[in-house]
Order: sequence, then C-alpha cells, then structure tokens
Amino acid sequence: MSFAKINDDILRTLRPPGAVYYVGLALTLAAFAVGTLAFLHQARTGMGVAGYEHPILWGIYITNFVFWVGIAHSGTLISAVLFLFRARWRTAVARAAEAMTVFAVLTAALFPIIHIGRPWFFYWLIPYPNERQLWVNFRSPLVWDLFAISTYLTVSVMFLYLGLMPDIAAARDKITDWRRHVYRVLSLGWLGTDRQWRHYMALYGFFAALATPLVVSVHSVVSWDFAMSILPGWHSTIFAPYFVAGAIFSGIAMVITLLVPMRRIFKLEHYITVHHFENLAKLMLMTSLIVSYAYAVEFFIAWYSGSPFEQGTFYDRMFGQYWAYSWMMFTCNVFVPLLLFSKAIRTNLRTLFIIAIFVNIGMWLERYVIIVSSLSHDFDPANWSGVYSPTWVEVAITIGAFGLFFTLFLLFVKNFPAISITEMKETMGRSAQADPASSWPDPV
Amino acid sequence: MSDRVEILGIYDRGTQAAVCAGAILDQGLGDVVTYSPVPDHALDHALGVRVSPIRLFVLIGGLLGCATGFIFPIYTVLDWPLITGGKPLISIPPFVVIAFELMILFAALGGMAGFLLLSRLPRVRGRPAPDRRFTNNMTGVSVTCAPEQVAEVRACLERTGASEIREEAA
Repeated sequence: MSFAKINDDILRTLRPPGAVYYVGLALTLAAFAVGTLAFLHQARTGMGVAGYEHPILWGIYITNFVFWVGIAHSGTLISAVLFLFRARWRTAVARAAEAMTVFAVLTAALFPIIHIGRPWFFYWLIPYPNERQLWVNFRSPLVWDLFAISTYLTVSVMFLYLGLMPDIAAARDKITDWRRHVYRVLSLGWLGTDRQWRHYMALYGFFAALATPLVVSVHSVVSWDFAMSILPGWHSTIFAPYFVAGAIFSGIAMVITLLVPMRRIFKLEHYITVHHFENLAKLMLMTSLIVSYAYAVEFFIAWYSGSPFEQGTFYDRMFGQYWAYSWMMFTCNVFVPLLLFSKAIRTNLRTLFIIAIFVNIGMWLERYVIIVSSLSHDFDPANWSGVYSPTWVEVAITIGAFGLFFTLFLLFVKNFPAISITEMKETMGRSAQADPASSWPDPV
Repeated sequence: MSDRVEILGIYDRGTQAAVCAGAILDQGLGDVVTYSPVPDHALDHALGVRVSPIRLFVLIGGLLGCATGFIFPIYTVLDWPLITGGKPLISIPPFVVIAFELMILFAALGGMAGFLLLSRLPRVRGRPAPDRRFTNNMTGVSVTCAPEQVAEVRACLERTGASEIREEAA
C-alpha cells in the first residue's frame, strides 16, 4: 500500500455516492424539516404547545441538550485523549468522531434557545450589561454552560479544521470539479513545507492537551446545572464524573452508529476494520460499567443518606409513574452492554450496531429520567400529581434535531475526507513507503 | 529580479529527500525548503529540529484567558453590586469555572493564531505549490542557490535518487 493508494481511496469518498446515501440524506432532511416546522409553530404560538407543566418546567428540550452535549464527548476522547496515549487505532475513526463532536455541539446549542420560549432573545445569555447596566450572574451554572459550550464548540471546530487542513489541500490537488475552488480557499494555501508541518504538529499536540481537560470540564459543568440545585435526585456530588462517563458512553455508541453505515456506503472496509469496532466496543463496555456503578452509587447514597426526600425520589424513580423509563434505561445501559464481554458479539458489526442503538436510546432515557422524574417528585407532595408527557411539538423538534445532526454528518462525509489522509499515511503507509517492496501492513 | 536559482528535486521517498536536504545544508550550497505529504521526522532531523515557538502563543493565550476569567466577573460584580443567593460579591469558586474555560479558549485561539502567523497562512497570493504530488505521495526538496552552485546541487539531487529535477529563476 502506497501513499498514493491511501490518497485515492479516501478521496474517492468525495465522488458521487450511491443511491443509499441520497435516500439517507432525503430522510434526514425530511426529519429536519419536520422539526423546523414544529419549532416555528412553537415560536409563533408560545411555549404552551410544549407539555411543560408545573413543577416539570424542564422537559425533553433539556433532555436533548444534555444528550447532544454528551454525544459530543467521545469525539474529543477519540481524537485528543487517545492521541495523547498514542493509541494508533484511533486514526481510522478520529475524523468521523471529531466531525460528530462539532455537529453534536451545534445541535445541543439549539436546545437552550428552543427551550427559553422567546428564542429571539437568546443573546441575553451573552455577558453584557442590560439597559439597567445589570450584568449576567456569573454564579449561575447556566452562565457557566454558555462559557463551557461555546469554548468547547470553538476548540472542537479548530481541532477538526486543523486536522483537515492538509487533507483539504490533498483534495484541492486531486479534485477537478467546482469544489476545488472551495478546497483552495479552505486549505488556506497549505503547501506541506517543513516549516508548516513543524508548527502543525506542535499545535496539534497542544490542542489535544487542551481538549482533554476541556472535555472533562464541559460535561461536569452541564451536570452542575442539576447538581447545584437542591432538588432530590439532582443534588449529588457524583454528578460530574457520572455525567462525563455517561457522555463518553453515549458518544461512542453514536460513533458506532455512524461508522457502520458510513463504512459500507463509502466502501471503507479496508480502513475501518472490525478491529477498530472491537476497540470502540471495549471502550463502550468500560464506560457502561462506570455508568452502572454510578447508578448503584446514586441509589446507595439515597438510602444511606437517611433523607426521606432522597429516598422518596429514588423509590419513585424505580416504582413511580416513570418506572417504565427507568427500567428501560437500566436495560439499555446496564444489561445490554454486558453482551460486549463476548468477543463474538464485539466483532459482529450487526449486533454491535444494534447494541449501540440500544445505548443511544438508553442514554437519552437516562437524561429524561434524571430531569423529569426528579422534577415530578420534589419536596412538596402537592406537586407529585403532575405527569409530564411530551407533546407532538416536542417530539417533532426532537426528531428534527436528529435530522439536523445526521444531515450535517452526511454532508460532511460526502464533501470532506472522512478519514484523516495524513494520519493514515503516517500510520499505515510509513513502513511501506520506507520499503516499497514490503506488503501492506495489517491495519492498526 | 533575483539572480538566484531555484532547483526542485522530487523524491519517491522521504528518507532520500532527507539525505539530500542534509547534504546541501552541510555543504552550505543554498537554502532548503522541503515539501511532504506527511510530517517527516527524517526531514526534521536533516533540517535540524527546532522546537516550535507555538508554545509561547499557547502560554500567553492561556494566561490571558485565565486572568480575563477572573477579572471580568469581578469587574461586573463590583460595577453593579447585587448580592445573589447570600454569597459574597467576589465569590472565587464559581469564577474558577469561567477562568478555566477562558484559559482553554484563549490558549487554543492563541495557538491557532500563532500557527497561522508562523506558518505564513493563509497564503492569499503567492505561487501555488511547486508540484501537486506533494500533497499526495511525493516529497520535494527545493534549493535556492547562486547560479555557480547549480551544478553541485543538481549532482547532489541526482546522487540521492531524485526522480525528477526542475530548475527555475527564484
């Protein structure tokens, strides 16, 4: 295998894909359109069309927000943390995971805006003094969120773009259609000189080093949206590590969900091998065990605290009006991933894909259970009668978010190298390049 | 119009290009710029590895971000003193979150700015890459030298196995 072959194979994904791709794109666009219409309806009519009702004033919009921020986490784990640990297998999956991160954060960032009721005033979150010269409250976790999410989005975009720069230049020098003009601009005139590579490598290392603590901080901050309150079921010191582990767990499930079809549509079986999926499955299993442990600790602390409010909330979570969601969550996040202890299951992409879907559903439900069931069972028994169920508007907007995310991802993989050409050449092609007589090394 | 000459050697393998680049620099035949599809450690060694000053940009960005993250919230609470939640106006623990996030943000932005500056990007004008294959599979050694050195440089490029040699006025 030569550098040229890697170049050609990966840039082949920029050519017109098959009908399956367009069918997928049409479906995701349709989902996005449905969500957009529902959002416009909500913006025009008011928040009454969402199923919010006292005391449940955070519903599935905030569930979606936390879910999508969580999805964004595995991208950085794979691209930054595994880079620092020199896990060479990350090369094949890092680009897709990084792109996924950016699109997931973008999707997540929409939900606080959708949730606030008057989305045209979203800029009130930005710290500047209002007409009475009053500033935002920097002690509020919601303001921390703004800083954490916008930092994460900015750094993720720069990290993705930096990695893409030499690959876009490779596309610029290979592609002959109109897109070459776009690639010429986006490559910023990259030449691949020794000077450029030297600074590129230095910055890539720094980005990885900066993104690693950032990824831990972002979901910790998101968890403090809950943990800083005094609501039973939210007010817990384990929330930050619990949320970070859950985020990585759900993110890896989403990477698998995206990579299995992508690999097939773009015929990348040579580059994204079963070995990569097995490693992702191992990571998913490990984070599932951490999440399972966190569930157990939550229940233990509720019992051990001796607080009747904590105990009541967790009893309600298991056997109250939202019991079905809780048990589905346990099934998807705790029991189903245990199947991954079997190598046969880890290496069977069909079953792995199905397990990843279960985990996606389970992690969405986890956020729903934390938010809705805790709110429904606060300190005042008079509030306990409220049952929240999402309205069609909320469901449609949720579907629209999935549509937006998958649309962005599909457009990305069609128009940009879905695997890092540079890193693939470095890891897979180096030995062959040094000795052209050597055979293609096993993908790592 | 410069009277210097630019000679470009194109190689199949980075290791050969590194040998050539090292030899030309050792003999002081001219200035060398290499082009490669991947970061190549052999070329780095041949050209003399220097630590990128990007770390300074990252450090300055990080320190600025951290300072901003404390100074900005402290300024705002002093600008319009309003006690919320019975907490002191200057409550350091919550401001640590802001400072941490801004430290990362400014460090990353500083690093990116440093990278663009030091790598001389974006290149809006200027010559395109001397060969399209440098982003694909070939490595290039471009030597800018005086006309009287041309023969020696060519000999070096040929001796080290350049598959193609081109010459033009610098």
